[in-house]
Amino acid sequence: MKLRKVTAASAAVLALALTATACGSDDDKDSGSSSTGGGDSKIKIGIKYDQPGLGLKEPDGSFAGFDVDVATYVAKELGYEPDQIEWVETKSADRENALARGDVKLIAATYSINDERKQKVDFAGPYLLAHQDLLVKSDSDITKATDLNGKKLCSVVGSTSAQNVQKDIAPKAQLKELGGYSECIAALQSGAVDAVTTDDSILAGFAAQDKYKGQFKLAGLKLSNENYGIGVKKGDTATVDKVNTALEKMVTDKAWQKAVDDNFGPAEYKNEVAPKIGNIVK
Amino acid sequence: MFDFLEGYDVLGAFWMTVKLTAVSAIGSLIWGTLLAAMRVSPVPLMRGFGTAYVNIVRNIPLTVIIVFASLGLADIFGVTMGASDNFDVQGFRLAVLGFVAYTAAFVCEAIRSGINTVPVGQAEAARAIGLSFSQVLRLIVLPQAFRSVIGPLANVLIALTKNTTVAAAIGVAEAATLMKTMIENEAQTLAIGAVFALGFVVLTLPTGLFLGWLSKRLAVKR
Repeated sequence: MKLRKVTAASAAVLALALTATACGSDDDKDSGSSSTGGGDSKIKIGIKYDQPGLGLKEPDGSFAGFDVDVATYVAKELGYEPDQIEWVETKSADRENALARGDVKLIAATYSINDERKQKVDFAGPYLLAHQDLLVKSDSDITKATDLNGKKLCSVVGSTSAQNVQKDIAPKAQLKELGGYSECIAALQSGAVDAVTTDDSILAGFAAQDKYKGQFKLAGLKLSNENYGIGVKKGDTATVDKVNTALEKMVTDKAWQKAVDDNFGPAEYKNEVAPKIGNIVK
Repeated sequence: MFDFLEGYDVLGAFWMTVKLTAVSAIGSLIWGTLLAAMRVSPVPLMRGFGTAYVNIVRNIPLTVIIVFASLGLADIFGVTMGASDNFDVQGFRLAVLGFVAYTAAFVCEAIRSGINTVPVGQAEAARAIGLSFSQVLRLIVLPQAFRSVIGPLANVLIALTKNTTVAAAIGVAEAATLMKTMIENEAQTLAIGAVFALGFVVLTLPTGLFLGWLSKRLAVKR
């Protein structure tokens, strides 16, 4: 008798779970059909969801950041209004596959152009020249890379920035690798590390958040050159050309500078001038 | 085909995985046995502590435990495990601490199930000849219990081996950390994933086969 009760209960749970997932897939189908049914009435763009200043999903479901602004502008030039854009989260490790599978048309997600990636995808841009930099407390005395020896540094596990530190910049620095930059910022705030390192644009985005305002500053060391490009499926040169035209227009009509000021402004971020299309700074 | 492996110390990373597993396995075997002893002991306070520990710790996600060990214990409370000036050593020790704390809960339950396979009469007979609780446990019950739980403990060991990948979250240079680095650089998710998956099969499959064979040989035939 007891067993039967358990069985009935679990059957009920299972049925509930099935209907719940069925609802979920219905929703997907709705949005999917509107994107395929009406021809090209929607465009899917890959961004990061977790990087303030660049690509961040706000608690209310909206998206904000420099990558988002650039992508919105480019999409407009390609003929898509902001409400026709479907944002898709593309984590670093998944960017190449998302483009190859056709999950997204464009990727604007702190995507540095490099030779390995160029074999897999095509890049439009670059649209921003970022540099690896350090975020330190506003009263810190770290001003040059050699100051780092013996200091404690935080970066994200496996990231290019972490590798650069170990190989070139400061092999004698203590490197703490954590799962995400927010964890590193927390460690910086608590004093467990002396500096956080990654692209200055990402750091500026964190430092510009209201809760950290005035606590941190960028050291401005320019430790590397990161040319952010917009990823496009390999071989789709028509889209690359269109995106490049859009990016050029964004710079000439000052929308680019406005996006930079809006997203990185409060962190005393000294941005480079807008890069020329196809001009990759090594 | 596998030229993307060049320039990476894959074996070194797996060696770190082996070291993490071995140290954590020894630690959790000891702590787990103590917990099991507490759970069957005649002292209510110890029984309560053992039960509470196992039920709380085994229900906390391992990632939370490991990240707490690094962000909470080390960064906020300053528990650096005697390695405040070396993040590599500190990360390793904190990870082991987390793995032992977590895995011991499962080891404890495996051993307790082994203790339950020992007939009550054995413990009663042992008590009748004047052995104390700890003597009964050490000399009579646990030796028989261990022989019957080698299979379940092998499962725990295999799970622990794979769980060590969670240490990547705090930057311990084990296999999953190197995998993240390689994926970041090489843009070859599938091939790299396959190599590391294979690496773990190579580590765990022989463990399972050997301990499976051992558990058949040593099982107490009743």
